[in-house]
Amino acid sequence: MTETRTILEAIEVTRTFDVSRPWLQRTLAGEGRRVLRAVDAVSFAVTLGRTLSLVGESGCGKSTVGRLAVGLYAPSGGEIRFEGQNLSAARAQPALRRRTNMIFQDPYASLNPRWRVSDIVAEPIRAFRLLKGRDVQDRVGQLLTQVGLSPRDGEKYPHEFSGGQRQRVSIARALSSEPEFLVCDEPTSALDVSVQAQILNLMRDLQERMQITYLFISHNLAVVRHMSNLLGVMYLGRIVEYGPGESIFGNPRHPYTRLLLDAIPDIGMAGGTNSRARAPIGGEVPSPISPPSGCTFHPRCPLANARCRAEVPRHTLDGDVLAACHAVEEGRGA
Amino acid sequence: MNVLDVENLTVEFPTRRGVLRALDHVSFSIAPGEVLGVVGESGAGKSLTGAAIIGLLEPPGRIGGGQVLLQGHRIDDLPYEKMRRIRGKQIGAIFQDPLTTLNPLYSVGRQLIETMQTHLPLSNADARLRAVRWLEDVGIPAAKQRIDAYPHEFSGGMRQRVVIALALCAEPRLVIADEPTTALDVSIQAQVIALLRRLTQERGLSVMLITHDMGVIAEAADRIAVMYAGRVVEIGGVAEVVRHPSHPYTVGLMGSIPVLDARVERLRQIEGAMPRLNAMPPGCPFNPRCPRTFDRCRDERPELMPARQTAAACWLYA
Repeated sequence: MTETRTILEAIEVTRTFDVSRPWLQRTLAGEGRRVLRAVDAVSFAVTLGRTLSLVGESGCGKSTVGRLAVGLYAPSGGEIRFEGQNLSAARAQPALRRRTNMIFQDPYASLNPRWRVSDIVAEPIRAFRLLKGRDVQDRVGQLLTQVGLSPRDGEKYPHEFSGGQRQRVSIARALSSEPEFLVCDEPTSALDVSVQAQILNLMRDLQERMQITYLFISHNLAVVRHMSNLLGVMYLGRIVEYGPGESIFGNPRHPYTRLLLDAIPDIGMAGGTNSRARAPIGGEVPSPISPPSGCTFHPRCPLANARCRAEVPRHTLDGDVLAACHAVEEGRGA
Repeated sequence: MNVLDVENLTVEFPTRRGVLRALDHVSFSIAPGEVLGVVGESGAGKSLTGAAIIGLLEPPGRIGGGQVLLQGHRIDDLPYEKMRRIRGKQIGAIFQDPLTTLNPLYSVGRQLIETMQTHLPLSNADARLRAVRWLEDVGIPAAKQRIDAYPHEFSGGMRQRVVIALALCAEPRLVIADEPTTALDVSIQAQVIALLRRLTQERGLSVMLITHDMGVIAEAADRIAVMYAGRVVEIGGVAEVVRHPSHPYTVGLMGSIPVLDARVERLRQIEGAMPRLNAMPPGCPFNPRCPRTFDRCRDERPELMPARQTAAACWLYA
């Protein structure tokens, strides 16, 4: 893997949602429009054959970024580029659309229960007119074998499979259009740990064999560490820390990343021989409709001061990691 | 004396095609002040064990054998009304989803007061005072004002705190917590575990903590019981089971969990899936997936036996 071609690039992407009440209620209550800023000036770049992971708690905007990256949402501000082309322009061409696909969290909701697995997996092939006639079924058989199922499983319906097997079907479907870029939105969080290991191993094998690029979205830091080369930690719509996974796990800069790492129960803690001290984060994620002023993490941050409450921090480079934090920038409390 | 003794507990579901055995001779005990973690994959019988102990099996499920002793007294054969008095008073329960546990039509204070007055002789004023103290104790800010709020006015983490208060307010000896942190975000999860751990330690409560999250167990439990296909396959101290597991299933399970401290190239994976209840293999239920199967495993069902530092149901240690 000597090639370092950028597949997908996000430049200051913002996405807002209008969450106002209906016009009459709004007028009667005398309130204005309310806008939720789900993603706020997010920038990242994914290189061919690599994995960028986004982690964060519920409501931090990571799934919205995933949907923006495949064009399911249009950005309200900024730009997303797929191989240097604006994504919304690229989406107009089926040839480019074929090259991105998505794997969803819930393998029970993302497969049509009335379709046979072979039809589910063949749908992208038919939609993009990649193959015709018998060749389609042969290709479906091949894909099912690739994800560890049998070609005969194509005859069955989704309900005849377990959760892990269904997720394999979703992966086969995602691979059927021969994409180069896959967005995986919590692909294993609905699965048991032993099944999760099967799916994660499969995804890495496929990446090595076919040079697929992943945008991997998860709330599980241990899974993210296992999967990713590059990592973005999100909090309330912003990427607060961004850099190579090894650097961030080895030396987290942003206080939120540190607290997140401290908070996670880990099997390494068994029997009191803790390798990491335990410090639960106080407080909860504030509402993104009325986020706190300045750095949105300041109400929960142990290092917060007056500047954090007033001024939004910019990303500053520390080694090979970008962190958006005044305390890191000023070298306070490191 | 142990707070809880479960002996050869068997739970069956009669169906048209014969009786399915969902729990098969499950035995364990919990000492005073001890936290027993029960882990396993979906369908292993963890929650069913909890439900059978508190007498809340959904019909047609029924206890097909064995017994449950609470502080030495048998409780699995009690009539409904007697069992109802024991639930809440002697055994508290915490379930996964705090929103469905709480009644949306009553304020949290009213629910706490009602629970306490059902089980303890308290006047209205005393009960209200205690309810405020409980809310403070589980870390709800401005408890005096929040006591008259309704469940929907609380966030997920705060609701689970209320549920914990509700489970503990009648001063039970034993708490059964079924996936208490699964519905919560990681940072809130840590707060809730710390809270549960503190409250149970302060009061010397015994806890049966059911979860599929090994991290939660590693952090909160003293001992672990690993369940597979309706049976306890390994039981022992938390450090021993996590670091030196004996049963091949536990070994596989521990290897399949990605950990934060070290990056590995490949996770260990257990091939295949847990057998269905109507297609249980003869012998050890794990034998079709086990890398170390030999003849005896296919014919004879192993019981728990001493295995290195733990107890495991595996013929390797016979």
